Amino acid sequence: MDTMTREHPSSQQPEQGTSSRQIPITVTVNGQKRHGVVEPRLLLSDFLRHDLGLTGTHVGCEHGVCGACTVLMDGDSVRSCLVLAVQAHERELVTVEGLASGDTLHPLQQALRESHGLQCGFCTPGILMSMVPFLEENPNPTEEEIRIALSGNLCRCTGYQKIVEGVALAAEMMAEGSSPEDVGGAES
Amino acid sequence: MKPPVFDYFAPNTLDEALSLLAEHGDEAKVLAGGQSLVPAMNFRLARPEILIDLGRLSELTGIERLDGGQNVRIGAMTRQRTVERHPLVRKHVPLVHETMPWVAHPQIRNRGTFGGSLAHADPAAELPAVLLALGGRCLAKSRDGERWIDAQDFYTGLFETALEPHELLAAVELPSVGPGEGWAFTEMSRRHGDFALCGVAARLKARDGVVEEASVALLSVGDGPTAAPSVVEILVGQAPSAELVSTAADAVVNDIDPPGDLHATPAYRRHLARTLTRRVLTAAVDRISG
Amino acid sequence: METRYFGKPLKRNEDHRLLTGKALFVDDVTLPGMLHVAFKRSDFAHGRILEIDVQAALERPGVVAVYTAEDLGDYHQPGPLLLPAPPIEGAVFHPRMQVPLAKDKVRHVGEPIAVVVARSRYIAEDAAEEIFVDIEPLDAVVDLEGALDPDTPKIHDDLESNLAAHVVQSKGDFDSVVDKAHRVVRRRFFYDHGIAAAMENRGIVASWDARDQQLEIWDTTQAPIAIRNGLAGMLGLAESQVRVVAPFIGGGFGPKIMMFYPEEVLLPWISMRLGWPVKWIEDRAENFVATTHERAQIHEAALAVDENGKILGVEDTFIHDAGAYNPYGLTVPINSQCTLLGPYDVPNYRSEFTVVYTNKTLVTPYRGAGRQHGVFVMERLLDLAAKELGLDVVEIRRRNFLPPDAFPHDHGLIYQDFSSLVYDSGNYEPALDKAVKLIDFAGFESGSSEIEPHKRRGIGIVCYVEGTGIGPYEGAKVTVEPSGTVSVVTGVGTQGQGHFTSFAQVVGEQIGVDPTKIRVVTGDTRLFHWGAGTFASRGAVVAGNACHAAALDVRKKILKMAGELLEAPEEDLELVDGKAQVKGVPAKAIELGELASLANPMRGAVEPGTEPGLEATTYFGPKHGSTASGVHAMEVEVDLETYDVKILRYVVVHDCGTVINPLILEGQIQGGVAQGIGNAFYEQILYGDDGQLLNGSFMDYLLPTSMDVPNVVGDHVETPSPLNPLGIKGAGEAGAIPVGALFAQAVEHALRDEGLEILEIPLSPNRLFELLHDREGIASTEESGS
Repeated sequence: MDTMTREHPSSQQPEQGTSSRQIPITVTVNGQKRHGVVEPRLLLSDFLRHDLGLTGTHVGCEHGVCGACTVLMDGDSVRSCLVLAVQAHERELVTVEGLASGDTLHPLQQALRESHGLQCGFCTPGILMSMVPFLEENPNPTEEEIRIALSGNLCRCTGYQKIVEGVALAAEMMAEGSSPEDVGGAES
Repeated sequence: MKPPVFDYFAPNTLDEALSLLAEHGDEAKVLAGGQSLVPAMNFRLARPEILIDLGRLSELTGIERLDGGQNVRIGAMTRQRTVERHPLVRKHVPLVHETMPWVAHPQIRNRGTFGGSLAHADPAAELPAVLLALGGRCLAKSRDGERWIDAQDFYTGLFETALEPHELLAAVELPSVGPGEGWAFTEMSRRHGDFALCGVAARLKARDGVVEEASVALLSVGDGPTAAPSVVEILVGQAPSAELVSTAADAVVNDIDPPGDLHATPAYRRHLARTLTRRVLTAAVDRISG
Repeated sequence: METRYFGKPLKRNEDHRLLTGKALFVDDVTLPGMLHVAFKRSDFAHGRILEIDVQAALERPGVVAVYTAEDLGDYHQPGPLLLPAPPIEGAVFHPRMQVPLAKDKVRHVGEPIAVVVARSRYIAEDAAEEIFVDIEPLDAVVDLEGALDPDTPKIHDDLESNLAAHVVQSKGDFDSVVDKAHRVVRRRFFYDHGIAAAMENRGIVASWDARDQQLEIWDTTQAPIAIRNGLAGMLGLAESQVRVVAPFIGGGFGPKIMMFYPEEVLLPWISMRLGWPVKWIEDRAENFVATTHERAQIHEAALAVDENGKILGVEDTFIHDAGAYNPYGLTVPINSQCTLLGPYDVPNYRSEFTVVYTNKTLVTPYRGAGRQHGVFVMERLLDLAAKELGLDVVEIRRRNFLPPDAFPHDHGLIYQDFSSLVYDSGNYEPALDKAVKLIDFAGFESGSSEIEPHKRRGIGIVCYVEGTGIGPYEGAKVTVEPSGTVSVVTGVGTQGQGHFTSFAQVVGEQIGVDPTKIRVVTGDTRLFHWGAGTFASRGAVVAGNACHAAALDVRKKILKMAGELLEAPEEDLELVDGKAQVKGVPAKAIELGELASLANPMRGAVEPGTEPGLEATTYFGPKHGSTASGVHAMEVEVDLETYDVKILRYVVVHDCGTVINPLILEGQIQGGVAQGIGNAFYEQILYGDDGQLLNGSFMDYLLPTSMDVPNVVGDHVETPSPLNPLGIKGAGEAGAIPVGALFAQAVEHALRDEGLEILEIPLSPNRLFELLHDREGIASTEESGS
């Protein structure tokens, strides 16, 4: 059979009939209003990454198990691969890009660095976005509670131990409103 | 792993949703929390032509006490995480409260809905077994009206319920816990948050030192949540004891014909059913006396 | 050695980018006009392709092109053979390599048949579904032991059978010791190692610029230089026309170095064909079938011991599953064969393996790379012998260690790097002693702790060695820029090992610059194009020593120039805080940046025999691999009602020679242990008789979570390698290797009253139930399962 090569689609008219209509949506991401026009089937993870260029949110399994794509929606952690972009219309989202304020890292970000709680870093954004609301709800967690809270995020590099230590350190830092140097103890 | 094309409707009112269902019932799928449906669509295992998103229907959310406190009503679109944290649920339907942490992970429960899990009828899901053990009832609504379906009639087969294609699960009513009652839930899963290899929910009511009522329901041992009448028969009318619990638990194998899969053979599932039934009944009895 | 940065637990330089979502991964690359690719893959494990019809797919709006094998013309070639037959006498090897798109036959589920290019991935997937492929199914070869039966269908029609390789290696004469042995323990073992399941799937972006005549590729590869060179050859380009970037990679663990994946061959070709950038990102469903696996071996093995438990000899015959093609050579089974010997003095050894083709995804190295299988056989044999002799498991190991004066120790076998299996250095007993103490064997035996009546506890300890840091070589370029910035460039790719920090520590140590001020670049062939890649626990050893050598060369240049400028003898100078200064006289100092400016004059001439700039490119190649070693111990608790197993405590005492960064090393060990636990109790790839993968999702293929992996208590022994100036041995795989053997031993110990022998990994609650109940005949009245 012959290769069939057509014009680059950027030079084509919008297609008719193959996909359902495009729907305009507005979301607030990291405090900014963002607009998009999306197919209903577009996953929120793809919308954030590819339409909005927020590539910090990672996609690991697209069936809701690995947790790498976790973001906050109206303050709650959710799997962005299991949410349609249209479902985020008029919702408030926070992604990993929204955690630090300027050059100042969120205490959890600082603590994970202190404790060597990341290696390849691919799962890290999802872990951050799961642990931020967890620590808000439970500011003084036990190791067991941290491990339960972490269990919805797979990490293939670290063996979790240093993430658990990092979350505990973050809790300590947030309680004292201090930096890791003040708290110490992260040296291992 | 991208979902196939579908038409999408996000009705703003329940009436609108019911009209859409009446019109498209057979081709349409209802999108509640999407935590089971969306992954199935990403794998292209589910390919609904039309998706009706119930996300805007605040009429279907909420938790309240009814009938002078005898029942608790949970709107179908109430998020699982809301149910888990709700003081009314904790106090009056403690079996539900106790079971919620076994349902996947918080990130899933933040989106997943109470009614969505019940209507999805996954045989490995926790909430259908809890519904069966509690013996509540389900409110089905359609454009033509509404009807109540008792818990024991709700599940009709593998991923199947008594809901008609044009019907929507609107709410569930669950009986409040009363004096002399004990309850418990447990399951065995490979990892925290996984679907269970086997799980058991139980509720007992005792009066004057004798079991007056009992209900036991299992998950992951059949096409849907599975009641255990043989266990109940042994318990009712007897004074609870370790020996009674053990005998009753052993009888659970008469009520189940569990399937085998990659993670558990039928023999192992039967073994687990006995063990977990015993553990759950023991905990429930402790609660009665405690 | 007094050090400033080397050996210190410094926090990582790369973390800031990773923690803020600013690190570039392949799927983050977006280029103007970029198109998206999806594959039509085989649904059958084995079959003949009768017809492919792409018309409907082509007509779908948004689709730009669809290609099948026919369209590739001469570009349709089998991939290269990475490693030829090993130089072992009598070795038989029939390599067969994968093609970019299946033409006549499909040989495993997931083999690519056609490729769709479209405006979006969504549309590309829609179109791929519309490609009609008519396949005449053939019986699938799934069972390892049946693969060579005469009536089994042949996977490669031009071969006589499904035999891929047959290799025998021996030392001494095992047969001669059988008769005089006090005991010979003989068993059959099954060891299945799972898949890497890196959190990031594979991905490629390829962009051909016709004006510039340059091809740029972003690839999740562990070996960007080899990919560049190979692709240039295939595409008829000069190597200098191709740039391969391996940016941040979300975990490698071995399978990201399978040259060449069909997708790696196709994407650049498509971009050149269409003139647009193209992107393919593997999804998780594809990863399960299209990224290489590791899988099972079946061993029949015997251990001959004298009455004191001293090893007289070992015999092992095993069968290894290659999958459908075998481009990676025999690395995995050779590792099994060689690593089996462990830290022990084994005077007589005979090992024979047979590699068979099956209708399954290809097998290539995954963290441990066959070493697990060998360690499992040896450690289990020792446990069984100990039981027969009434020795404890610690003592039998202690009695058989190679003594510290036995090094270098040449086993007389050929290793995976085709050089002799020589242990460079080792000192095993101190590690064993430390592990025994840390896990508190004595405390366990006294049985002081309270446990619930339906639970049983067990304890275990195992030893292993790991051949690491093999050649051929790596290189590094160290540059001091006029700004004072120091850059280090090396060819290896990085997948989370902390190279941006550890290499900076190595260089900073020599030139007196804080590692946080050293910018390390890895895996960009435009900046460095000599090297082999990141595999076999070799990054720190080989590239680390190359960085060290380059830093020493730059140091020399700095001292020479600074000595002249400061009018001081070189030996009176020191390099501190980014300056060269006369020792103890901070006033007599010059900034390295200033020196770099002066080394690149605008007027005058660079003197003959010298080079401009403060820069050096240096290479390092070890004679052969260095041998790391270690001891792991664990305590488990088995629930005899649910058959669940909980790991209560875990101890690792490890010897990887000199340590660059103990924090990073701990991370490597802990992560390896987690993967080992996955292997031991959670993860197993399962195929049906028809060659269909039965558990290709994260719902059914179980990666351990934070609830399943215990805290690891670690300690070290440092026996530097004499084979490299820094004394480093590799550490990347050590955590993962012995966990299966240890888990089996500890669970068996917990079930000692049941008298169960555990001769297989992985286990599961279901499997433990079966093992205990089959034995009691209970299963005869109930179904036995999977």
